Amino acid sequence: MADNIAVKVENLTKGFPDLKVLENISFDVETGENLVVFGKSGTGKSVLLKCIIGLMKPEAGRIFVHGADVLNISIKELNEIRKNIGFLFQGAALYDSMSVRQNLEFPLKRNFSFTQKEIDGKIDRTLELVSLSEAVDKMPSELSGGMKKRIGLARAIITEPQLMLYDEPTTGLDPITSKEISELIINLQNHLKMTSIVVTHDLMCAKIIADRAIFLRDAKIAYEGDIESLTNSDDKFLKNFFSFDLIKES
Amino acid sequence: MNLPRLKFSGKLSTSDKLYNFFATLTGLAIFTTEFFKQVFIPPFEIREIKKHMDELGVKTFGIVSITGIILGLVLTMQSQPVMQRFGASDFLPAMVSISVVRELGPVITALIFAGRVSSGIGAELGSMRVTEQIDAMEVSAINPFKYLVVTRIIATTLILPILTIYVMVIAIMGGYIAVIIVENMNFAYYQSAVVSAVQFGDLIPGVAKTFVFGFIVGIVGAYKGYSTEGGTEGVGKASTTAVVLSSLIILIFDTILVKITVWLWPTI
Repeated sequence: MADNIAVKVENLTKGFPDLKVLENISFDVETGENLVVFGKSGTGKSVLLKCIIGLMKPEAGRIFVHGADVLNISIKELNEIRKNIGFLFQGAALYDSMSVRQNLEFPLKRNFSFTQKEIDGKIDRTLELVSLSEAVDKMPSELSGGMKKRIGLARAIITEPQLMLYDEPTTGLDPITSKEISELIINLQNHLKMTSIVVTHDLMCAKIIADRAIFLRDAKIAYEGDIESLTNSDDKFLKNFFSFDLIKES
Repeated sequence: MNLPRLKFSGKLSTSDKLYNFFATLTGLAIFTTEFFKQVFIPPFEIREIKKHMDELGVKTFGIVSITGIILGLVLTMQSQPVMQRFGASDFLPAMVSISVVRELGPVITALIFAGRVSSGIGAELGSMRVTEQIDAMEVSAINPFKYLVVTRIIATTLILPILTIYVMVIAIMGGYIAVIIVENMNFAYYQSAVVSAVQFGDLIPGVAKTFVFGFIVGIVGAYKGYSTEGGTEGVGKASTTAVVLSSLIILIFDTILVKITVWLWPTI
């Protein structure tokens, strides 16, 4: 596998008892590239991310992350790889029994041997990056949807991962906050030089973030290319899909 | 660890219910095996275990205190007329204390504990499951089973025997309150009657089985929560079924353990 490939997915197939969501999916993501995955709801976009990080086991296919075959390694080896991957969940998935500080400390204390002073420094810097320094001692229940996403993002990047996986980073947010989050993501990408895979419906988010996009339809990659070629495509399905987003954007 | 998925959507047929019953038993067996696989592997999460023990102790202290005192009062007041009819009122302290130490204390405390704690663990882990907090832990290279499940099961296993001994003492005190209401008996006599009636051998099986009951409460609550599906509705179901299932298993195991106790110590 070429050195500049961060993620390689080969013939991935995953289904549920009454539904096949991914069938023979193959694609590569180059190091430093931002790939956006589009598709209607229920087309297996989140499932794809969960397979990459090892939360779900596919029926067939192979997935390589930084050269490691994540489906054929021990849980210990997988956890070593996971330490280099950040994951932003759709609902942020903050630990609601912990404060923001404890949420951010948690992966650092468990997986690394930083001193408390170093941890505090990392927390301050990361919260500054997401512009939420004042929320450090708040509980997740005291945060708005947008703030939760930012803290979720802060928790994902605090370990400075090489690969970031975003599951619907702007879903459920108003257009202004969506734009802020998308800009934050691209700024972080530039700042931390990460590779990222972003699952989204949000065209504005994709336009800000994406270097390249793939479109999932009927369990397969139906289209692949840059955002402009997808949005300007003459394909009737793509036109329909993006027209709503274009209206929203205008 | 692959837990069998239960059928829960729509109206369940008899065969679906039967499938769910066996799937639950299989799931519990897999979950228990996983617990024993992981419990001896470091890190041992001592701080988390202590935190859960503190929380569970505080959470159930009030309810078990009330239960204990009422248990002693009611048992004494119910038994006193019968004992008096047979001219055996002097044996009232012995009867109450042996009943409480051998059987009623452990079982009643375990059932109260199951109602309070098993549902709590089921709801807590269930909501963590549906809001992807457990997945978040896993993708952060942290073992959620070890951190969330093993610690809680150890805590319930260790805290229930302590609560049971406390309930036994409180129930015997409740018995004394009832005795002074219905009988003219002084505390010194009551105390000496209790001490001479209850042997150390009565205490061992009574307390020993609460380790098993504590384990059942923890494992059932954690299993139901950890395997929750179907959003908030699933969390509600996990919490309710955790109580029902753990209470049922406690009663089944109590029958088995009583039989084993009698077999091991025939004189008790």
